[in-house]
Amino acid sequence: MVVPKLLLEITDLRKTVPGGRLLFDGLAMRLEAGELIAIMGESGVGKSTLLNLIAGLDVPDAGVVELDGVALAALDEDGLAALRRRRIGFVFQAFHILPHLTLAQNVGLPLALLRAAPAEVRARAIALLAAVGLAGRENDYPGQLSGGELQRVAIARALAHRPALILADEPTGNLDPETAARILALLIGQLREAGAGGLLVTHSDVAAACADRVLRLTATGLVEA
Amino acid sequence: MALDWRAVTVPRWMMMGEWRAHPVRIGTAIVAIAIGVALGFAVHLVNASALDRFARGLATVNGGADLRVEAAGGRGFGEQFYPRAASVAGVGAASPVVKLRAQLDARAIDLLGIDVLRAARVTPIIVPQPGPGHDATALLDPASLFLSRAALAGRHVGDAVSLVIDGRTQRFRLAGLVAGAGDRPLGIIDIAAAQDRFDRVGRIDRIDLKLARSADADHVRAALAAILPADAVLAGAEDDGSRTDALSRAYRVNLDMLALVALLTGAFLVYSAQALSIARRRPHFALLRVLGASRRLILAQLLAEGLILGVIGAAVGILLGFGLAAGVLRLVGGDLGSGYFGGDGTPPLLFAPGAALAFAGLGLIAALVGSLLPAYQAARIAPTVSLKTIGDAVDPRRRPPLAPAFVLAAIGIGFALLPAVRGVSLFGYGAVGLLLAAGIAAMPWLARILLAPLARGRSTSPVIQLAIGRLWGAPSQAAVALSGIVASVGLMIAMAVMVASFRGSVDDWLNQILSADLYLSAEGSTPLDKATRDRLTRATGVRRVDFASQRGITLSPGRPPVLLSVRDGDMPPAIGREISAPAGTIAVRVSEPAARLYHLTPSATLQLPLGSKPVRVFVTAIYRDYARQSGAITIDGRAYDRLTGDTARGEAAINLAPGADVAGTISALRRALPPSILDVVRIVPTRALKAQALAIFDRSFAITYGLELVAVLVGLAGVAATTSAQTIARTREFGMLRHLGVTRRQIVAMLGVEGALLGLVGGIAGIALGCGLAQILIHVVNPQSFNWTMETRWPVGLLAGVGAALVVSSALTAMLAGRRAVSTDAVRAVREDW
Repeated sequence: MVVPKLLLEITDLRKTVPGGRLLFDGLAMRLEAGELIAIMGESGVGKSTLLNLIAGLDVPDAGVVELDGVALAALDEDGLAALRRRRIGFVFQAFHILPHLTLAQNVGLPLALLRAAPAEVRARAIALLAAVGLAGRENDYPGQLSGGELQRVAIARALAHRPALILADEPTGNLDPETAARILALLIGQLREAGAGGLLVTHSDVAAACADRVLRLTATGLVEA
Repeated sequence: MALDWRAVTVPRWMMMGEWRAHPVRIGTAIVAIAIGVALGFAVHLVNASALDRFARGLATVNGGADLRVEAAGGRGFGEQFYPRAASVAGVGAASPVVKLRAQLDARAIDLLGIDVLRAARVTPIIVPQPGPGHDATALLDPASLFLSRAALAGRHVGDAVSLVIDGRTQRFRLAGLVAGAGDRPLGIIDIAAAQDRFDRVGRIDRIDLKLARSADADHVRAALAAILPADAVLAGAEDDGSRTDALSRAYRVNLDMLALVALLTGAFLVYSAQALSIARRRPHFALLRVLGASRRLILAQLLAEGLILGVIGAAVGILLGFGLAAGVLRLVGGDLGSGYFGGDGTPPLLFAPGAALAFAGLGLIAALVGSLLPAYQAARIAPTVSLKTIGDAVDPRRRPPLAPAFVLAAIGIGFALLPAVRGVSLFGYGAVGLLLAAGIAAMPWLARILLAPLARGRSTSPVIQLAIGRLWGAPSQAAVALSGIVASVGLMIAMAVMVASFRGSVDDWLNQILSADLYLSAEGSTPLDKATRDRLTRATGVRRVDFASQRGITLSPGRPPVLLSVRDGDMPPAIGREISAPAGTIAVRVSEPAARLYHLTPSATLQLPLGSKPVRVFVTAIYRDYARQSGAITIDGRAYDRLTGDTARGEAAINLAPGADVAGTISALRRALPPSILDVVRIVPTRALKAQALAIFDRSFAITYGLELVAVLVGLAGVAATTSAQTIARTREFGMLRHLGVTRRQIVAMLGVEGALLGLVGGIAGIALGCGLAQILIHVVNPQSFNWTMETRWPVGLLAGVGAALVVSSALTAMLAGRRAVSTDAVRAVREDW
């Protein structure tokens, strides 16, 4: 029997927000390579904060976050930046596509940050754009795209550097249901194809249904939904 | 180590994308740097070209001797010293010179009487060459005159030439050229002819010395100093340099500093352009950070942006500066209208590669410094906050710190108390820079204080509420906009107050010293003899005449000569303490520059080279004098006559009898003059003289006004760029407001109110800061640079005008930019994410 590789392990995580309000305490979870977990919960419960803690963009009050066996607390700022650069992909609710870069440049950004050869960056970006249904649009600028198209670009960008973990923060929250369904299918399809693990923060039951596991975030931690 | 180009892919994309999207903003920053560099470089080139010509001219007249014995006063020294100087051990050759100032047509030239045979060994550069039809004997002919090309004025060898010296006209025959004189107007005659024909028998003005090859210059100097007559001083080539330098250094440094002010304003423009661009791109950098870009990469990218702006701006600035200098030299001349360097025509433009590099480097530094703070702030951005919000990174409820402003101001005030460095007010300018920085550092705090009453107010107008809410709720963006306004307004007001104070003080001084109705002066020290003076005193319409004369005396070989003013009438009014001279002493009053240069106060004594031995005189008072930066000493005519036996006077202050007509009296006075000096005597009504003096003042300051205007325009361009950039960056906010039912007109009005409030707050702070900076310029920089003081005058009209113009222009700019921003479809505007 093949033992699945443990990608992410969180132990006894505690986080309060400025002002002292406790978001969660004793939070624990495990994510295996290639696994997709949906995280649900009410607004303000700390879902996005959890993703930030996993990405090393925020610091917990207590507890341990380990990615690929490396405790984030052991890394300095440059180490955390390098970890994100190599191992993590992001998809945001608000797309965050740079308006003054072409679609190919936007998609190729993570690879360029890894100092890949320009030809390789462009080839990978064109291939990913084609994979998300934007073939031939590599030289277009974001201003010419619809919301759904922008999120496709964001998904392509998240996959560009073949990350081990993709963090998606309500990736369909800004889209109409029909587009949202298409984007979700695309994201999960690409994620499976890439063999990456994923954490999907969502309010959508439809989106959650696509995940391998669904966890609900409460003040006491994560519970199986 | 080879550069890995793949490392710069992302910064390159980000830069190119930004510049493609906002070319005008980038262009504005480049133009700001280019203008600053161009002005600095042009002023430096013009100064350097003029100074070079002036120094060359001086070297020509002095002939390039190793060492010179010079007359300390205007009457020369006894020629019996010549054989003694020539026999000093170490002196290889000596050449006596009579130096005169002559009128050739209506033009003054230097006329040297030399012994050609001796000059050939010491100062061959001034030895003339006989022209066609003349042989070497012409060099010794008392009737021969040799002119430099600059003095020829169309004459040919063989022409008869009349020279007027001390009112005496003498005829010569043009016998050849002084080829080595360059473009300086110079005449050479035989020394014996000079002594004989111009009443200088037994007197010489200079001995040029060439040292023996093995001689030690210091030993020769010491040996000569030991036997030097009281009415002579020693001078060398290095003294020429320091005299030339001293004469105009403060003026040149001031102009250079003014040009640097323009560069500084340019740096603020780069700062505000970069700060705004970064504020707008904050989410972009946050995204890069989320994707794994390091802080260093962000910092490096933004500094590289600044560097590229600086390189382009500096290169354009150097080219522009060279062209500007060429144009200025052609139009205004080398002294920029100040009259500091004299000489005729346009000096050739000297390209100075070192200065070009220095000014380009300064431009580069300005651009980098302008980018540094915004870049540092961008690199410190917390990505999670920046991605979530489009608001200000600073919490509006937090009280901005005031300590940095206090520290900068304290150091600045400390600088203001330090003395000048080699006659240049370096610490004074440092104080101006530090206080300016302090003012800008205090802006966030001051803006809070000034806006607080408005924020607390309960306006019923949604337009005003929105405008105040924005200024109050986005303090760091408001502070960036205000910094640009405060920097440019502060510097402009400081300069304006200083110039107004100077002009007002000069006006007062003119009223004090020009108290008579008419002034008579004779060119080239032409004396009015006793009979002429008596006739002038008795002329119709004249109530009283006070005669005076002026001559240069050398108190220190390294400094330009001091003017000795001999007055038969009232002494100039004292500033400050005035004491009586003890019995048996000779009283003098010294001008403010002389007092500062030679450390003189009332009750001090000094030795003046009058006659054949030095005379100890007693200082009774200091008086204001804006005419002679190198200093003046005024002595009573009777005392002077007694000490020197020289009763000649070349000037007169004339008071009219009651009811006398000005024109009629001038005619009567001219009739009293001997015909031989009519051409060289000017009689001018006081009003015309004052108007002329103020015109000269304004001409001297024309370049100052010009530089100031450019600095202001660059500053206002910065304000406009800042306002419009902030406005355009808020397109999404306006779209949202329109969704809420706010009309386009209301948004434009809101922007107008915002702009006006920014202009008002910036104007109040800038004017207050400028008035403070002006005090440093008036009480520190000017006395240290020019050795004179002045009283502060407040150009109230100008201050009010600048304030009003600022409020109107920033309101209009904001409204114009706002019209463009609200022209976008509201739905599209809201959908634009960032």
